[in-house]
Amino acid sequence: MQEIFNIFIKSIFIDNMIFAYFLGMCSYLAVSKTVKTSVGLGAAVVFVLGITVPVDYMLNEYILKAGALEWLDASFADVDLSFLSFIMFIAIIASMVQLVEMIVEKFSPALYSSLGIFLPLIAVNCAILGGSLFMQEREYQSLAQATSFGIGSGVGWFLAIVGIAAIREKIRYSDVPAPLRGLGITFIITGLMGIAFMSFLGIKL
Amino acid sequence: MSTEIREREALFSSKNIKLLKNPLSLSNPITVQVLGICSALAVTAKLEPAIVMAISVTLVTAVSNVVISFLRNGIPPRIRIIVQLVVVATLVIVVDQILKAFVYDVSKQLSVFVGLIITNCIIMGRLEAFAMANKPWPSFLDGIGNGLGYGLILIIIAFFRELLGSGSIYGFHLIPESFYELGYKNNGLMILPPMALIVVGVIIWVQRYYTRDLIEKN
Repeated sequence: MQEIFNIFIKSIFIDNMIFAYFLGMCSYLAVSKTVKTSVGLGAAVVFVLGITVPVDYMLNEYILKAGALEWLDASFADVDLSFLSFIMFIAIIASMVQLVEMIVEKFSPALYSSLGIFLPLIAVNCAILGGSLFMQEREYQSLAQATSFGIGSGVGWFLAIVGIAAIREKIRYSDVPAPLRGLGITFIITGLMGIAFMSFLGIKL
Repeated sequence: MSTEIREREALFSSKNIKLLKNPLSLSNPITVQVLGICSALAVTAKLEPAIVMAISVTLVTAVSNVVISFLRNGIPPRIRIIVQLVVVATLVIVVDQILKAFVYDVSKQLSVFVGLIITNCIIMGRLEAFAMANKPWPSFLDGIGNGLGYGLILIIIAFFRELLGSGSIYGFHLIPESFYELGYKNNGLMILPPMALIVVGVIIWVQRYYTRDLIEKN
């Protein structure tokens, strides 16, 4: 149980998707103009990461990993399909996003109208595929660990995008040097936020 | 029954040259279109992985642009994203296997970022914006151009980060020993992720200072 909690905290603060690995930067820069929309996108990312990482974990564990097909028949013990993982993961992500979109539309139209426009964007967000690939590379031991990693990274991404959106809303009133306006200053602020987040490196979990 | 008149355009007409040259500066994928930032920042602590990454992205962008451009009239619009993802993912698997076979060390350093070429926004962006509406040859040039524009920025960032962060270029030590004896120290912060963002910010600053048209109105 403690291990699961540690992974959760670690993926939010220490291995933050944005500040440590720069995943999902494109939508992070494009959608962070106002806090309201960035909360929407952030929530959608938490949601999708929380679903795709465990599903991809099962896929990796029971189909793709070296020797994973042994449950089917003993003769498959030395089959290694891990080279297929990119295409399988992206297919799972694209179809899960489609599925989530349909389910949300059916059962919660209110949530759909606030998240709806962001969901298709998410299929090609590097943070989502990155979550699955990191899960594969770090070899988590159980489904619960993979899930907590997925949700944790989503929450970390959420914090980062809401933080930068709040700062960008304020910075609109300040006198930024003309060539640095917009994109340039956003990069530099993100860099400074990254330095601030580095202070979490001291936490030993 | 197409009545369109086929103009035979020269392979390197001025329009096509523009496709190749514009992404290097005026419509640079990273600093102007803001695409493909994720990998640009993560692989640039050293020059070698940055160059390998630049080559891989250029190849994948160009080839996938050509493939999608050939298929463009046969893809139903509703499922185009999936079709594009499958084409790109297949190419990336090929690149990944080649890297693992020939430059294993670099492939280990790049770790998940080879796989993340699939969701690199440059590729999807060019497929959507260009290859879906243009003939194969211009699409190929557009892919090469954007790949090179991306690679250029990657190499500039990696050059400064490696020089200031480890005192070397492409693994060769440039800063003489005597400097270190005088008390010069490598700036360890340059190797860490946040500095990549700040270096990109500074590159954007310099570029926009010289090309005033790009300045945003706020």
